[in-house]
Amino acid sequence: MSSGGEVPAVVVDGVGMVFNEGTGGEVAALDGIDLTIRAGEFVTLIGPSGCGKSTLLRLIGDLLTPTAGGVSVFDKSAHESRTGQDYGMVFQHAGLFDWRKVKANIELPLELRDWSKTDRNARSAEMLDLVKLDEFGDHYPRQLSGGMQQRVSIARALSFEPRLLLMDEPFGALDEMTREHMQGELLRIWGETGTTVVFVTHSISEAAFLSNRVIVLSPRPGRVHSIIDVDLGERTPDTREDPDFFAAATTIREALRSVGGAE
Amino acid sequence: MIPARTATATKVIRTVVTTALAILVIVVLWEGYKWMGQQTGGNWPGTGIELPVSTDDIIMPHAADIAAELVSDIRDGRSTLPLSVFLLKKAWFTLQEAAIGFFLGSAIGIGLAVLMLRWRVAERGLLPWINVSQTVPLIALAPIIVTWGRNQGMPDIVSISLISTYLTFFPVAVSALRGLQSPDSAHVELMRSYAAPWRTTLFKLRLPAARPYLFPAFKIAATLSVVGAIVGEISIGTKTGLGRAILEFALRYAVWPERLYASVIGAAALGLFVFGMISMAERLVLRRTDEVVA
Repeated sequence: MSSGGEVPAVVVDGVGMVFNEGTGGEVAALDGIDLTIRAGEFVTLIGPSGCGKSTLLRLIGDLLTPTAGGVSVFDKSAHESRTGQDYGMVFQHAGLFDWRKVKANIELPLELRDWSKTDRNARSAEMLDLVKLDEFGDHYPRQLSGGMQQRVSIARALSFEPRLLLMDEPFGALDEMTREHMQGELLRIWGETGTTVVFVTHSISEAAFLSNRVIVLSPRPGRVHSIIDVDLGERTPDTREDPDFFAAATTIREALRSVGGAE
Repeated sequence: MIPARTATATKVIRTVVTTALAILVIVVLWEGYKWMGQQTGGNWPGTGIELPVSTDDIIMPHAADIAAELVSDIRDGRSTLPLSVFLLKKAWFTLQEAAIGFFLGSAIGIGLAVLMLRWRVAERGLLPWINVSQTVPLIALAPIIVTWGRNQGMPDIVSISLISTYLTFFPVAVSALRGLQSPDSAHVELMRSYAAPWRTTLFKLRLPAARPYLFPAFKIAATLSVVGAIVGEISIGTKTGLGRAILEFALRYAVWPERLYASVIGAAALGLFVFGMISMAERLVLRRTDEVVA
């Protein structure tokens, strides 16, 4: 992997996905998707509901198997990457285990990899520090706010230093202010860890603020409509009031309008 | 915020008071009905319609007489002791059978639920039979188990425990299956993303998630285990146990009804006791996650 050139993080090659294939109720979710994501990149998938953006994320994560084409992650098949535990996943709902303390939630993937207790403790302390929840390691998830829970979920996904982070509308259930705060935090963490992020959202401003590239999908069946490069330099809270930020948002909005996504 | 210890004490006091009040209400209703019936000669007041339950001293002895019976002496073998102590001794025996039935039944119930979770075919194949099993009358089944057990040379306590098991596994199996299936898809996908094997998902996710479903089932199973043990004792004809006491007192009901009522109270108390034990266990196991920071 280290020899010569740069290995792309994700290569999606001619991927199609048909649900209920071979039955009367076939649904074509994705068709002819080609996509290359560079290592260390922050890529957002955006599109109107039903465009298959979550499906595409699940195909990259091998939670679903495509009915056409293939996905490779760092030169391995998606399946090998999953069984090799190469990626972390964050969902819309934090999905923490209620019966585990915050610390134990973060350590869950480490437990599954048979890390020693000492190593697990050290790592969860580091991760708590990374997501700025140092004092909450011994709390139970229900004692935390939604934004804090989502930070724990990010810490859990990053605890084993995955090379790829897959996020499915992780901030979708948060209020606007928390959401903007979390976006800033995520970019900081991304800067500190250097992982590749594939991020699903239906928020235009979120896509513009977070990503290097925005993939706009058109619906039924999902196809890549356009790929928009976003170059806003280092993001700060002021970026949200920057004319370049508005310009990027406008480009994304126009692309979404042309695919029929009235959002 | 109220300190935890004070909160617990308040809770205990509240439970004691409400229990006492509930008993008082039952006694007042019992005696009131009895008094009314005796005033009207067994009819609804102002009508010629007979009351559904006769109010004479055989069918409905006075609550005070039943209470007095609990402290009056009874012969047990060569010794003499108060009826309440006598019942307590018998209940101890029954409790052991019930406990075996409860733990065995719960283990079988959880085992069946895991089987049904693992193989959809098993769910389709087993679930109807599990439901049918509960429509077989226990009274018919008990002698079969007893005869079979004796042929196998098993002590009667094993047969009684098996009868108790037969009642307890059912609620546990049904609730455990629901509990094991309760984690939402995000949790299951998360475990899949870690490439966690089925067993790991079972122990790290599904079983812990099933606990809130299991405890209500354990409560039902615990009370059923007592019912099963008593019915088992009655149909097997053991020499001891609460069931035996109930059977003996039932035979002499016409002359000594207070004793049967007293033994029924004993059986109810045993049921409440096991119910309380499970509730305590539930609080110990699930308490931690229910704390909410104000």
